[in-house]
Amino acid sequence: MSALPRATELGLIACTVCGLVCRNVPGDPQLDGDGVDDAMACPRCGSTLRRRKADSYMRTWALLIAAFIMYIPANVLPIMRTASLNDIDDNTIISGVVELWVKGAPNLAIIVFTASIVVPMLKFLALGTLLVSSQLGSGWARVQRAKLYRLVELIGYWSMLDVFVVALLTALVRFSVLSLVEPLPGVIFFGLTVVLTMLASMSFDPRLIWDGKDTDD
Amino acid sequence: MGMGSPEALLICEHCDTVYRRQLLSRGDVACCTRCGAELERHHRLGANTLLALALTALIVFVQANMWPIVTLGLSGQFSSTTLWGMIIAMWQEQAKVVSVLVAATLFFFPLMKMTMLGWLLWFARAGRRAPGFVPLMVILHRLGPWTMSEVFVLGALVAIVKAHTYFDVMPDSGIYAYAALTLLITIFAGVDLRQLWDDVPEHSA
Ligand SMILES: [Zn+2]
Ligand SMILES: [Zn+2]
Repeated sequence: MSALPRATELGLIACTVCGLVCRNVPGDPQLDGDGVDDAMACPRCGSTLRRRKADSYMRTWALLIAAFIMYIPANVLPIMRTASLNDIDDNTIISGVVELWVKGAPNLAIIVFTASIVVPMLKFLALGTLLVSSQLGSGWARVQRAKLYRLVELIGYWSMLDVFVVALLTALVRFSVLSLVEPLPGVIFFGLTVVLTMLASMSFDPRLIWDGKDTDD
Repeated sequence: MGMGSPEALLICEHCDTVYRRQLLSRGDVACCTRCGAELERHHRLGANTLLALALTALIVFVQANMWPIVTLGLSGQFSSTTLWGMIIAMWQEQAKVVSVLVAATLFFFPLMKMTMLGWLLWFARAGRRAPGFVPLMVILHRLGPWTMSEVFVLGALVAIVKAHTYFDVMPDSGIYAYAALTLLITIFAGVDLRQLWDDVPEHSA
C-alpha cells in the first residue's frame, strides 16, 4: 500500500454528508465496517461518522429482496385499466410497451422498456453481484464494479417513469364521459419496487468493494 | 502521523482513498485514480449566478404546478389536469401510495430543495452562513435523488403519445414550464453544493 493510502489505514474518516475529513476515534480499527460502536458525530454537520455505512450488507440484501418480491406482482398484475364504451383493457407494464411499439412510437417504447424493465433488472443483477463479490472480498474487476455502482445510482430513479404515466393519464381521462382510466394495484407494487431499489443502492457502501484482499495493486 | 491538517486532505467517498487537496482551476474536475469517481470540481458558477438560477427555478416551478400540463379533447369535450390534479386523482382512486410518491418526488421535495437553496445562497452571496445553515445543508444532502421532475417530463411525453390514439391531445403551458425546469435542474446537477461548507466560513455567521 504505497501510492494510494486509504482512510482506514491513516486513521481518518470522511463525513459522508458534508465531506469533512476527521481524525478517527482513538484506538480500535478492529471495529471496522460492522458499524458497531465506532460512531462519533461530525464536528461540522453533526452527522454520525462511520468508517463504513452501518450494516451495509444486511440492509442492502434485505431491501433488495423486498424490492424483488414487490417486482413480481408489479409485472404480473395490470397497472392501469382503460375503459371506453365498448371495451375494457387492462394494461401491464409489458403490454404498455408493446402498445407503444405497435402504435408507431418505437422510440418511446424503447425508453419505457429501458426505464421499467431494463433498469430494475440491472439494479437487481448489479447490486446482487456487488454484494456477493464484496462479501467474498474478491479483487475481481474492482474498477468496473465501482463504475457499475455509480451507474446504478445515477439511473435508478428513472424507473419511476411508468408510475407518472399512469397518474397523469388517470387524472386526464377521469372526467370524460365516454371513457375512463383507472390505476390498478400493479402500479402500487411498481412504485414500491422503485423506492426499495433506490433505498437498497443507497445502503450499499461502495468502499466495501475495495476492502478485500489486495490483489490489484 | 505527521501529515498535515485534515483540511488539506480529500477522501474519495467511493473507495476511501486519501488525497492531498489540489488547487483546481476554473472548470477543473479532480477524479480518483483508484476507482475513477469524481473527487471535487471547481465552481464554474458563482453564488450570484446560482442564486439567480435557483430563483428562476422556483418561479418556473410554481408555474409548472399551476398551469395545466395537457389538455384532452374528445368530441367537443375538453379535460385538462395539473400536477395536483394527478395527486388528488391517485388518492381518490385507491392508489394512495402512488399519490404520496407523486406529491413527494414532484412537489414537496423539489420545492424544499429550491427554497432551501435560495435561502442558503442568499446569505452565501454576502459570505455569510444563513440561519439554520447546518441542518439545511444536511437535509439538502439527504433529499439528493428524491426529486424527479425530469423523469416526469419524459412521463408526460409518453402519456401524450398513449392518449393520442383515443383523443386529441394538446400539450399545455405547464409541460413547457416543466421542460424549462428540467434544463435548470440539469445545470444544478453539475454543481457540487457541498462546497458551500468551505466557501462560507463558520465564524462569520
Ligand atoms: Zn459532516
Ligand atoms: Zn475512489
